[in-house]
Amino acid sequence: MTATRTATPATDVPVVTGLGVAAPNGLGTDAFWTATRDGVSGLGPITRFAVDSYPVRVAGEIAGFTASEHIPSRLIPSTDRSTQFALVCSGWALADAGLDPTSLPEFAGSVVTANALGGVEFIQRELHSLWGRGPKYVTAYMSYAWFYGVNTGQISIRHQLKGAGGVVVTGQAGGVDAIAQARRKLRAGQRFVVTGGADAPVCPYGITAELATNTLSTRADPDTAYLPFDRSAAGHVPGEGATMMILESLSVARERGADTIYGAIAGYGATFDPHPASGKPSTLSRAAATALADAGLTEGDIDVVFADGAATVDGDRAETAAITELFGPRGVPVTVPKTMTGRMYGAGAATDVAAALLAIRDDVIPPTVGSADLPDDHPLDLVTEARPARLAHALILARGSGGFNAAVVVSAAPALP
Amino acid sequence: MRTSFDLDDLRTLLRSCAGEPESIDLASDIADLTFEELGYDSIALLETAARVEQDLGVTVEDNVVAEDITTPRDFVAYVSTRLGQRPVGTRVS
Repeated sequence: MTATRTATPATDVPVVTGLGVAAPNGLGTDAFWTATRDGVSGLGPITRFAVDSYPVRVAGEIAGFTASEHIPSRLIPSTDRSTQFALVCSGWALADAGLDPTSLPEFAGSVVTANALGGVEFIQRELHSLWGRGPKYVTAYMSYAWFYGVNTGQISIRHQLKGAGGVVVTGQAGGVDAIAQARRKLRAGQRFVVTGGADAPVCPYGITAELATNTLSTRADPDTAYLPFDRSAAGHVPGEGATMMILESLSVARERGADTIYGAIAGYGATFDPHPASGKPSTLSRAAATALADAGLTEGDIDVVFADGAATVDGDRAETAAITELFGPRGVPVTVPKTMTGRMYGAGAATDVAAALLAIRDDVIPPTVGSADLPDDHPLDLVTEARPARLAHALILARGSGGFNAAVVVSAAPALP
Repeated sequence: MRTSFDLDDLRTLLRSCAGEPESIDLASDIADLTFEELGYDSIALLETAARVEQDLGVTVEDNVVAEDITTPRDFVAYVSTRLGQRPVGTRVS
């Protein structure tokens, strides 16, 4: 929503100083970014369970992820796969930022994460025990391991980050909404915040839950299963993983001599859509306009848009409408790197923010893979091959099932005063 | 039918139910360390106690876990004593 407030002093602008990414096309920030920049997809046939009796065939799975290689043994029996991703990525992000929380006051850091599905595979296993063997066989860890808030809690405990934290549950918009909530924590005096999102939907119960939205692709060919904005778009592919980042103010980052400042979280906006039956249009463009105004920028300043890429008729139409309303037809490069990971739900938008920051760092727009045949009603400059470009400001759009819209502007560090 | 329960049995259960401690080798002499020192919190012990009931048919009540059992030696003593007293007909999986 547009609200007037005192402009943030430039040195208090929130900046990202550490990243940790676990995505289907790369485990680790460098692996993810190399694959993403080069157009290497992580989509493939579902291997994590026997998929025969489900109408879905393709997903983004993180191959070769072994939790015990990355997190303490003590945490494995009590954590869902999504929480394991969250723990791995938060550890990487802290290390990348050069932050050792144990050397700081215990309330200096906090955690705000997004999650859309809960510990869905954990839930599934315990329901199986409950109905298959009886109530005594349900693990005590079920009391918290299933819960949306567990990732924030486990990261907080593991790294002793005792500042006021939070959890955001806004579907695929969550990754951006969490970053915005982390920004509020910085304004309230938090020294740094671990923020991002995690989800692990590739299990029977997770897929079943998503099937209810009627937006999953049923195609069996990984190359054509997820084609946002394409003439033959037919829904999305689910993906698993997490992205966590360290957010702190520019002044704090400079004062402690942070090695890397990936860029700034320059502006944010969020809206909620009208009821579909109302016939009223999506409010996505207002979320984007709010983010631009919050960043003190205009449309002409934006060098690239990372689109949500629903790959449904209504979703693509609403997003194209928002983009062309702000930028005009083919008025700005648009990309959907999540065509290489699938939609990662709570992790999806945070992963896009990471990709945007790395794109700005390297001055290259990562490609959209697969979508090639855009009909006339999608007049977008869709980037389908990695495109070198001077990038100062990127707009990330994110939409969550049920009506959530979120937009965030990230800006290059050199653009900061 | 299992008739004994020793420290190695407890080690196996802890490993499976709650993972290995970060700083202490579970295979070392842990009998008289507290579970807190070993890094096992109350829920890890509840989980382990639940598994004892499933595997051996010995019930370790929640309040016993919370109040009376502080070391692996306590845990083993509690379970092994009651193993011998198991009523006839108790189901053992």
